[in-house]
Amino acid sequence: MAVDEKAKLAAFEERIANGEKIEPKDWMPERYRKQLIRMISQHAHSELVGMLPEGNWITRAPSLRRKLTLLAKVQDEAGHGLYLYCAAETLGIDRDEMTEQLLSGKAKYSSIFNYPTLTWADIGTIGWLVDGAAIVNQTMLAKCSYGPYARANLRICKEENFHKRQGYEIISIMANGTDAQRRMVQDAVDRWWWPSLMMFGPPDTNSPNTEELMRWKVKLKSNDDLRQRFVNLTVPQARAVNVTLPDPDLKYNEETRNWEFGEIDWDEFYAVIKGHGPMNRERLEARRSAEERGQWVREAARAYAAKKQAKEVA
Amino acid sequence: MGSAKQHDNDLFEYLLRLGDDRLILGHRLSEWCGHGPMLEEDIALSNIALDNVGQAISLLQLAGEIEGKGRSEDDLAYFRETIDYRNLMLLEQPNGDFAHTLVRQFFFDVYSYYTYLALEKSLHEGLGAIAVKSLREATYHLRHSREWILRLGDGTEESHRRTQVAVNHLWPFTGEMFEADEIDERLTAQGIAADLKKIQLDWRKVVNETLAEATLEKPEDRFLPGGSRQGKHTEHLGFILSEMQILPRSYPDAGW
Repeated sequence: MAVDEKAKLAAFEERIANGEKIEPKDWMPERYRKQLIRMISQHAHSELVGMLPEGNWITRAPSLRRKLTLLAKVQDEAGHGLYLYCAAETLGIDRDEMTEQLLSGKAKYSSIFNYPTLTWADIGTIGWLVDGAAIVNQTMLAKCSYGPYARANLRICKEENFHKRQGYEIISIMANGTDAQRRMVQDAVDRWWWPSLMMFGPPDTNSPNTEELMRWKVKLKSNDDLRQRFVNLTVPQARAVNVTLPDPDLKYNEETRNWEFGEIDWDEFYAVIKGHGPMNRERLEARRSAEERGQWVREAARAYAAKKQAKEVA
Repeated sequence: MGSAKQHDNDLFEYLLRLGDDRLILGHRLSEWCGHGPMLEEDIALSNIALDNVGQAISLLQLAGEIEGKGRSEDDLAYFRETIDYRNLMLLEQPNGDFAHTLVRQFFFDVYSYYTYLALEKSLHEGLGAIAVKSLREATYHLRHSREWILRLGDGTEESHRRTQVAVNHLWPFTGEMFEADEIDERLTAQGIAADLKKIQLDWRKVVNETLAEATLEKPEDRFLPGGSRQGKHTEHLGFILSEMQILPRSYPDAGW
């Protein structure tokens, strides 16, 4: 048995080394399955919870076209959640179980969504920075070794690129607008910049999962590498619209061609993950309440389907 | 009023009625975004909200053109008062539970479907074109809400009870849907507007059949006083508008 397992693992790792995709029916080590379930469900939950801070502004969008695009964007996120849950289900966990893990606090979601959206500029900033950071991460995940997750990310990236452009457009219009609008933009960027950098997760020196995930090509780059790539992409975009990124230590290194940045407040990062962010309680409460208020609806749909089936059989 | 001017004014008012119905319903539906009873339904309600706001844009844009005072669809949406709005009172009612939302939706979807079916043949070219495009969407909306009425009415004891409560609560708002005033009469005679008398017959037929199939009782016809087409509303609309209009009203010089 143990010999057999070893042989299977060796064959599995060889396939990965050759750049093959692992599909749901293929053999995989339990750790690989567990890590993927953790990552994909966390990603799916993030899409769902991520609907809330932006959904918060749909009814207050400043023009009908902005209302349409924001509504469509938040709806896209629900769609991403749906196909990510499906991707996780290929690994042998069902959606109800994942929902339960989210509501009990056992499963995490991206901490960024525990921050509040205070002005319309937050909607632009989320599209630009938060979706921008997500794209850097998901572009990597679109090449990951697990087929269903790679394909889901490929699809998600296409839509996220569109969202990012819309967000940046909002920022660019407001940054070139009235004094009040410029103030809102700067304030939003001041609030979202650091949490966006935290989206890539803990530093490599303190990232317990990274080594294993990279060996199995679930991840292809480390947290710090992705974070650096995001900073390098974003600094010129901020300059182009005359927005200041709130980091006095930000400077270009000619040699490495990287934008070096200041120290991230990891205490804040861990505090928010543990549930002490400004909106943690509200976000989970909103999900819990939707789940509870929807229970009788789901039961009715099941009961009706069963009745209909019984009639057809009879 | 000269007849050409009266005609434009009639058409403007009629387009506001159509556009405001969809804008306000779209607003209410968008409040569900992120809070639906299941992910698939979150997506469906957002879809229907999108369609409604999209239709409102086309209708209000055309209204602004007909009015000829240079008002855009955004001007009409964001800079009119409660008493200028022409949407049915049914549509400004709060979402309540899922049963309330879907009963409200079903009542409107039947109405909207037959309205567009008639307007497809409108002698006003612009309105006819909007109707052709919107009918496809309205057909899907109606199928969606009708199926939910059946599921909820004939699902569990609780869903049946909740849905009957919603039907009883919202029924009195449906009377004014079919109240035709002079504007309706003139535009219907000209082959431009949908004939409300005919729509009422179709509406009754579909609604009665669906309620019966869903094992729900049709309430007695005791209707609330109407007048929303002339700017009378419930108190809910003011709050919808203050939320919706906050940014353009606070920063009238800003572009977004």
